[in-house]
Amino acid sequence: MGGTMSGASNWNAERAAQIINEHLGLEGPMLPILHALQDEFGYVSADAVPMIAKALNLSRAEVHGVTSFYHDFRHEPAGRHVLKLCRGESCQSMGSEELARKFLAGRGLEWGGTTADGDLTVEAIYCLGLCACSPAAMLDDELIGRLDAETLAEAVDTVSI
Amino acid sequence: MTRLFIPKDAAALALGAEKVAAKVLAEAQARGVDVEIVRTGSRGMLFLEPLIEVETAEGRVGYGPVKASDVSSLFDAGLLNGGAHALGIGRVEDHPYLKRQTRLTFARCGIVDPVSLADYAALDGWKGLARAIEIGPAATIAEVTASGLRGRGGAGFPTGIKWKTVSEAPADRRYIVCNADEGDSGTFADRMIIEGDPFALIEGMAIAGVAVGATRGYVYCRSEYPHAIKTFNEAIAVARAAGYLGPNILGSGLAFDLEMRTGAGAYVCGEETALLDSLEGKRGIVRAKPPLPAHKGLFGRPTVINNVLSLVAVPHILAKGGEFYASFGMGRSRGTMPIQIAGNVRFGGLFETAFGLSLGEIVEDIGGGTRSGRPIRAVQCGGPLGAYLPVSQFDTPFDYEAFSKKDALIGHGGVVVFDDTVDMAQMARFAMEFCAIESCGKCTPCRIGSTRGVETVDRIRAGVKVEENIALLEDLCNTMKFGSLCALGGFAPYPVTSALRHFPEDFAPRHAIAAE
Ligand SMILES: Cc1cc2nc3c(=O)[nH]c(=O)nc-3n(C[C@H](O)[C@H](O)[C@H](O)COP(=O)(O)O)c2cc1C
Ligand code: SF4
Ligand code: FES
Ligand code: FES
Repeated sequence: MGGTMSGASNWNAERAAQIINEHLGLEGPMLPILHALQDEFGYVSADAVPMIAKALNLSRAEVHGVTSFYHDFRHEPAGRHVLKLCRGESCQSMGSEELARKFLAGRGLEWGGTTADGDLTVEAIYCLGLCACSPAAMLDDELIGRLDAETLAEAVDTVSI
Repeated sequence: MTRLFIPKDAAALALGAEKVAAKVLAEAQARGVDVEIVRTGSRGMLFLEPLIEVETAEGRVGYGPVKASDVSSLFDAGLLNGGAHALGIGRVEDHPYLKRQTRLTFARCGIVDPVSLADYAALDGWKGLARAIEIGPAATIAEVTASGLRGRGGAGFPTGIKWKTVSEAPADRRYIVCNADEGDSGTFADRMIIEGDPFALIEGMAIAGVAVGATRGYVYCRSEYPHAIKTFNEAIAVARAAGYLGPNILGSGLAFDLEMRTGAGAYVCGEETALLDSLEGKRGIVRAKPPLPAHKGLFGRPTVINNVLSLVAVPHILAKGGEFYASFGMGRSRGTMPIQIAGNVRFGGLFETAFGLSLGEIVEDIGGGTRSGRPIRAVQCGGPLGAYLPVSQFDTPFDYEAFSKKDALIGHGGVVVFDDTVDMAQMARFAMEFCAIESCGKCTPCRIGSTRGVETVDRIRAGVKVEENIALLEDLCNTMKFGSLCALGGFAPYPVTSALRHFPEDFAPRHAIAAE
């Protein structure tokens, strides 16, 4: 899930243990734990894997299998801001691919890449449920519809420092 | 005190509703007038968002699409009394886009404050649950069966039969799971209803709980919908505090409670068994059937798993009777379908109507043609696994069977319009690429076939041995169709073969060279 990366705190095993513990009363606590860890730290640290495995009585391989299966979970910190550009068919019908290609080229990025100054990570997303106002994007927690090159650049420049 | 209504639906927010609301408040304060701003869901006329509504003696009067810079002039024009303005649309309910609809599932969406119990009760809320409790499980299931309701998640399986199976499966515990994964591009109805009328989903799930003897429910919502998740969690807390959820719902002595869980960006987790594995905390891998989730579902217990729209149709069915719901529609497609009109289209939005409109009526009359103003070339129905239909098939009625006769899908009701600049070979490539990205990896035809598919389309587009490669692509599609365990690998060929069949010119060598 999105979230301003600038709000993320540095990895802290004690805090991670606390987060894991808070979720142990749930049925099927794995995904809630992973989301909570990512919300707190901006990514799911490899150091968290053995901790989760122990708490849930699973092997490390099983936990690793889960964290690597889902597109949402990052394995390293992202840039201070995360831009998710929609690549679903509806957005494609309104020129999202061309828009993305130019935007990425302009910033010297590939999909999933982070700018050299660590300011912006650009990720692909497949539908934000904003298909009647395509092309769409999510910049940190902010949704943007009917994007064009101008509004996209403006939005990104507004959050950048 | 004048009441104003401004949506906080995600699409309205994406178009600037927050800025508009802030500006309205500031403007009212500056002018010393007393206003109350109610944040609603969206009416579904997304081409008019952000839409401001004002309560007047004549009813709710609307203005849209409003930009923050329009607000001052709206006040000058007498916004608070429904004054005339270039953005005015008159009484909202008289707008032709709404007037032509039959709103059963979306009856309250955009009208009520989503988390106001008073608003919900004032517009028939909880009547279905009260009746279910009164008539008991067997009669409740009989009403749902009589309504003819078929699952709105894609497969169109009769909901009443599913519930009956679960109710008859011996168990110490049963579950209700709501599939809010809504991964199909072109769809947003689940999101809209969760954001705009979340109590309706809570009521639908509670009715399902009463019907099959389940005391616990989960909503699995995709992570791409943070606003829906937030609103729904608020609604759960409000409903629980008022006794609509908990150990003794509506004083019936029956228990039912719910929790929302967030997915993690895997399209395949919309498939019901992958969803169950994901809820259990595993990788979202599709399970072989049998056993059916109705027999062995979440944590091995009998489980009702239904799409959001299926469950939200239920309170209405219980309140008004299954026969009433069944009186809408055509053939074996009974009731209404919230159609989502999306893509390159002028009047995009949510249009709930009885089954049976033709595809042409949907995209041309209602959708108003393309947003770009160019001719329509293709329409993809039913999400990334659905076929592309050409204009020559616009007479196809929106009905499960009529679509399936054309090798097409209604799916979750998404309709995505493309203009004549679309490159259908590129869209075919994307279908394969999407399948490769999202495959759960369990079967070879899906996992490997999709990657081969991408490579083959690339060769065709490059003009390499075009005829042979088209034959190879068709062969590959066949293998995937018949050799895949679930509909991701099984249906991904539909967009590809429909593109090949209806738009062969986009795969021809001449085109490939011209495009490079
Ligand atoms: C790859 C794949 C993705 C699916 N995605 C969804 C989805 O996002 N939402 C949904 O309700 N059903 C989805 N389905 C269909 C579900 O497997 C299942 O049929 C549905 O949840 C049953 O509910 P219903 O009977 O109310 O439609 C998907 C199926 C497949 C094969
Ligand atoms: S068809 Fe694809 S997604 Fe479905 S079970 Fe097989 S590998 Fe998994
Ligand atoms: S396809 Fe981009 S928002 Fe749905
Ligand atoms: S598991 Fe091998 S083909 Fe499906």
